[in-house]
Amino acid sequence: MPPAAPRSGDAIFASVERVNAELFTLTYGAIVRQLLTDLEEVEEVNKQLDQMGYNIGIRLIDEFLAKSNVSRCVDFKETAEMIAKVGFKMFLGVTASVMNWDADGTCCSIVLEDNPLVDFVELPDTCQGLYYCNILSGVIRGALEMVAMKTEVTWIRDMLRGDDAYELQVKLLKQVPEEYPYKDDE
Amino acid sequence: MIGTGKIKQYANVLDKPLGKGKQEVSLSAFAFLFSELVQYNQTQVDNISELETRLEDAGYAVGARVLELLCHRDKGNRRETRLLGILSFVHSTVWKVLFGKVADSLEKGTEHEDEYMISEKELLVNRFISIPKDMGTFHCGAFVAGIVKGVLENVGFPAVVTAHFVPVEGQQRPRTTILIKFAEEVLRREARLG
Repeated sequence: MPPAAPRSGDAIFASVERVNAELFTLTYGAIVRQLLTDLEEVEEVNKQLDQMGYNIGIRLIDEFLAKSNVSRCVDFKETAEMIAKVGFKMFLGVTASVMNWDADGTCCSIVLEDNPLVDFVELPDTCQGLYYCNILSGVIRGALEMVAMKTEVTWIRDMLRGDDAYELQVKLLKQVPEEYPYKDDE
Repeated sequence: MIGTGKIKQYANVLDKPLGKGKQEVSLSAFAFLFSELVQYNQTQVDNISELETRLEDAGYAVGARVLELLCHRDKGNRRETRLLGILSFVHSTVWKVLFGKVADSLEKGTEHEDEYMISEKELLVNRFISIPKDMGTFHCGAFVAGIVKGVLENVGFPAVVTAHFVPVEGQQRPRTTILIKFAEEVLRREARLG
């Protein structure tokens, strides 16, 4: 039986159950506020958000693969396109674009113009070092690690800091081949 | 980036237009986020009632903001001043906006004058949550109770709001009831208003 064709981000988003984005936005705001009260240091909050994103990412990848029917991506370029066009669409309902590929195709930027996490948000002066959406970088890093890619994800542009869009740089560090727990000859 | 349409930059977030509130995200995105909220708080507390308090505080913040948003956008800057009015606002408008449907039922408590209950067969936040036996009566609906408390307190109806599981015959999963106990001043004011 031929494998089912991969579904587009829009089709998947239309078929999953959805909730009001404002509930999502306000809940995320409550999380960030709790972290800021508990941890007080902006760097610690950034790290904690990244960790939370990582925890989400390692589970999110299963749902992504199950719902989207994608076959194995041939190279990192395809992976990045998948994340931007299908992944972001099916979970957050927004489409991202991929640009700024470097020469060997291991580093690219994912650009988001619309971000449901940051509606109604303004960074006060005391939190200027905060990467408010850092959970997203953790999600991408966690999800890719579960499909055998070690990556480094950093923020290049952040609208809350005055830039005009959200830009994440995703850099492929190495492909980690899957290790089988049994040796062939034993 | 030259050529692509630039989003208009607003100097002040308060000048940005509010939007219609029709944007959606997937349920699983919200479920993942909520599970991280609960997991993070589990590491910060020693016992269940503290965990419920923290979830309630998180919900309180959400409730306060939802109230302001809805009053401005849907109610035309008028807010309810009567008890039944505010209860039906929570039961219908708030629930509809946040969870996509009105709450299953709104009842007045029979034993006490100041108690009201909003019931729901399955709270959205509890869809993917299972409570281990050793956590006893812990209810993640404390987050929703916090939202209701946030709305009520900021509209001038202070109350103690809690979430409870109510077993129902014939149903495997118990129903959830949000119990609202209003402060005395609310009842006195309501009696005075007639």
